[in-house]
Amino acid sequence: MAMHTQRADHEIILKAVPTGARVLDVGCGDGILLYRLKNERNAIVRGMELSQSGVNACVAKGLSVVQGDADMDLALYPDDAFDIVVLSRTIQATRRPQMILQQMHRIGAKAVVSLPNFGFWQVRLSLLLRGRMPVTQGLPDSWHETENVHLCTLLDFDDLAKENGFEVESVTSIAARRASAPSSRTSSTLNWLSEEAVFVLKRAKP
Amino acid sequence: MKIEYPLDQFLKSVYRLVTMNTDLQTLRLDQGLVLDSGAVLAPLDIGYQTWGRLNNAKSNAILICHALTGDQFVASPNPVTGQAAWWDNLVGPGKNIDTHRYFVICSNVLGGCMGTSGPSSKNPDGQVYGLSFPVITIADMVRAQAALVDHLGIERLFSVIGGSMGGMQVLEWIATRPERVCAAMPIATAARHSAQNIAFHEVGRQAVMADPDWHGGNYLKVGAKPTKGLAVARMAAHITYLSDAALHRKFGRRLQNRDEVAFGFDADFQIESYLRYQGSRFVDRFDANSYLYITRAMDYFDLAAGYNGRLSEAFQAFKGRACVVSFSSDWHYPPADSRHITRAMIGAGVEVSAFEVETDKGHDAFLLDEPEFHDAMAGFLAASAADQGL
Repeated sequence: MAMHTQRADHEIILKAVPTGARVLDVGCGDGILLYRLKNERNAIVRGMELSQSGVNACVAKGLSVVQGDADMDLALYPDDAFDIVVLSRTIQATRRPQMILQQMHRIGAKAVVSLPNFGFWQVRLSLLLRGRMPVTQGLPDSWHETENVHLCTLLDFDDLAKENGFEVESVTSIAARRASAPSSRTSSTLNWLSEEAVFVLKRAKP
Repeated sequence: MKIEYPLDQFLKSVYRLVTMNTDLQTLRLDQGLVLDSGAVLAPLDIGYQTWGRLNNAKSNAILICHALTGDQFVASPNPVTGQAAWWDNLVGPGKNIDTHRYFVICSNVLGGCMGTSGPSSKNPDGQVYGLSFPVITIADMVRAQAALVDHLGIERLFSVIGGSMGGMQVLEWIATRPERVCAAMPIATAARHSAQNIAFHEVGRQAVMADPDWHGGNYLKVGAKPTKGLAVARMAAHITYLSDAALHRKFGRRLQNRDEVAFGFDADFQIESYLRYQGSRFVDRFDANSYLYITRAMDYFDLAAGYNGRLSEAFQAFKGRACVVSFSSDWHYPPADSRHITRAMIGAGVEVSAFEVETDKGHDAFLLDEPEFHDAMAGFLAASAADQGL
């Protein structure tokens, strides 16, 4: 699914990446984010993408991207291979989100994860009033067509990240394509108000 | 067709036409090479061709490695066989491997029969080598290529590109001469030859050796040629280059110039006729002993074996970029073989791109017009050239 409009989560991820950082984008699609990271952040970028059409588009753009499955192939990367591992709008479509977070923890000094929020008020209201699986701007496909097999709320994700050795550096809420100021913790209010969010995670001190 | 040659190439062509000289361009190395087997091959001839112009910094050279039965005529017709350039769709002025921009080198492999020393060459005593030619390996082929690159005064190749056996040479280059390659493109290849591939090669070799005209490898001395055996070898190999789907699409069960089967062993089916044609055409241009030696070299190829069985160690020292390409219906060097290479490169921290082209054309797809493949090659080379400031 190619998105040609600028993605709000991409803008936030770009800001989270320091100049010259080594970045791995897991599930990089057709490489729009990697391309911008390379050009706007001078980052050293690598990608992994499941779809063949995505990989081919990336390679044609001159990006170093391999065809791979986040659920299986992250284990190939050596420890500390990257400064930042990005997972944008991907975790909800993976089979083993926890294992992926553990691999990201091992591979990169930081992890940046963007995800749709099932705790968004519109989603909750839709389910409450209609009694049917919500279809919103952020979750546009009906239940039987969606690739999203592991939807969660921001609070759920916050728990999982912490259980797997991460500490939340910041969480940025997005609603109606607009980002709010980064917050240092995932509050219940944020969970109500975010259609989507970008987590910047770092390894928790042992 | 517009043919654009740089001046020196043009003058060479004119010289050849005027003198009627179809001698192949060769480099003679009097000191020869020490081979993997321990044998010394001297003197050594290397048949090669170049296109384009080497820039002053000598930083724009691309070495193309040909496959089992290929030759150095990657971008212009072979003057000996009259065959068209084998990668005409990719290499040439303004093409993806642009000879206006890059200095393209392609040499006949060691053991071959198009100008490079092989079993049909003469030994220092003036006798045809035949089976006294030493057994060679992929690494030996790369040694010969490196000697040529040295001779051309090139320290570092911008890129090394090759499909099938050529891809094995690309992998060998970055494993053994990592500092000499900026961008590597192994296509439709494997880091080790599978049992199935060794098996097919063995069928081919046995076909050659079973031909009475082979004369224990001494056919050239007695003025014979094991054409029947070599043709069968080619027919068997040719099947592995095509996919079942491609064969079905091209031939199906259609009959050859007849309405019903003839209840005999003539070529009833079009596929039979096609394979016979491929076999008979091949024997005119290829030496049977070369076929034995080169297939053997491929069988012996197992890159990881030299690195404690860990392929990623082979790529540890390579700091350039790589792009690994495979084709979905290739069962000769299936995509899984390419994934094996890619995984090892990732483990070694190599900057690698890898993709699989969806096609029903089988192994041969790397020689054919596959737009996705060509686009990705263009992207990879452009990005690598930008890295190198070319």
